[in-house]
Amino acid sequence: MQSSIDLIVQSAPYLLRGVVYTIGLSVASMAFGLVLGFLIALARLSPKRILSIPARIYVSFIRGTPLLVQLFIIYYGLPEFGITLGPVPSALIGFTLSVAGYNAEILRSAISAVDRGQWEAASTIGMTWTQTMRRVILPQASRIAIPPLSNSFIALVKDTSLAATIQVPDLFREAQLITARTFQIFAMYLAAAGIYWVISTVLSSLQWDLERRATRHIQRKA
Amino acid sequence: MTNKSMIEVRGLHKSYGTLQVLKGIDLEIARGEVVAVIGRSGSGKTTMLRCLNGLEEAQVGTIRLGEHTINCTVPLSRQQGELRALRLRAGFVFQNFNLFPHRTALENVIEGLVIVKGMAKKEAEARGMALLERVGLAARAAAYPSQMSGGQQQRAAIARALAMEPEVILFDEPTSALDPELVGEVLDVIRSLAQEHRTMVIVTHEMNFARDVADRTIFMDQGVVVEQAPSKELFAQPREEATRHFLRRLG
Repeated sequence: MQSSIDLIVQSAPYLLRGVVYTIGLSVASMAFGLVLGFLIALARLSPKRILSIPARIYVSFIRGTPLLVQLFIIYYGLPEFGITLGPVPSALIGFTLSVAGYNAEILRSAISAVDRGQWEAASTIGMTWTQTMRRVILPQASRIAIPPLSNSFIALVKDTSLAATIQVPDLFREAQLITARTFQIFAMYLAAAGIYWVISTVLSSLQWDLERRATRHIQRKA
Repeated sequence: MTNKSMIEVRGLHKSYGTLQVLKGIDLEIARGEVVAVIGRSGSGKTTMLRCLNGLEEAQVGTIRLGEHTINCTVPLSRQQGELRALRLRAGFVFQNFNLFPHRTALENVIEGLVIVKGMAKKEAEARGMALLERVGLAARAAAYPSQMSGGQQQRAAIARALAMEPEVILFDEPTSALDPELVGEVLDVIRSLAQEHRTMVIVTHEMNFARDVADRTIFMDQGVVVEQAPSKELFAQPREEATRHFLRRLG
């Protein structure tokens, strides 16, 4: 027991360095994945088939293939075409493309869930499509989208452990390297699991706070 | 009818698939005229009203509102400029209010002024407060739609439409979604607008209101205008059998 605690204390700097990668990759991929996901959601909602069909195929591919395989295609496969990306850029691109696919579905359904009458009301006071989207639809859609987007983000945080397989020195990779030196396998991986758990829990409480703020006008009754 | 009417509809046809909803509507409405449109559910009256400002797309016919004309044989998506110009001149009041739920009554009223017309917020707020005063809602300016009764929401929605200073106001069954005891307060507001001789088209099931307030009443059935006459006349002596039948069933 004592030796396990010593081990974790000694490993802390390495694990924390890994945590920086884990959180950095998660936050950056989610940020890019929200922007890209929104564009894909708009394409899916478009009446123009030239936009909606590619978007649909994209989402289907992302959701229908393992993230690990997607990462391997980018990191190990692309060099065959002369595109060689380092571990971190590969992971960032892979996670962004993946989470964008899931976010696109969430945003598409949230935007569709806003009552059609809201579009109509905005058009009758002369608002353009962009004005309506920004001022009327998105504020209401985001309220609907916050819980599933938070789930998507928490899943992403855990999925970043796959980056260890393409040499990204994230939390899981650091834990692997330490176990290879110390053979304290159970304690080390349990410590890594604990850190993932803490990160997810903190994120969940942030979600709760966001949800409360987004719905404050809607649920309060006179 | 004046030489240059405010609204002029010619040969309006609309169908959903094989179901013909409007089978050739011709309509002329003078500036300052208040027109009620009555008829049973499914007669096409709401569809006709929604076509007037392009909320529904008709397939044949022309719609002129003031200086702006929509040719229905051309897809609306290809006449966006004209459509937006037309909409800015036509206020619309919905059966279900369609207020923006994330904005207060005042914010709902000034949204178009600030965002579409680019008015300074201070000025828009002063104007918005005056309009809320006008519909008896000054005290509820900071309330969100979820905190207001149906009647208050509809009055706020009317204020939102008035804010854009439309030349015409289109009402789509403005009291149909309201509890009976709240109908009166909304009708009072519409009546006061009628007294200012604003051009209004009101689709309604409130027959007494149509008779008392509208200059003219139009009876629609199965996608056509069956009969139209000065309101008192239409309700007292309907000429067509379909109109008589409709009014008798309500009576």
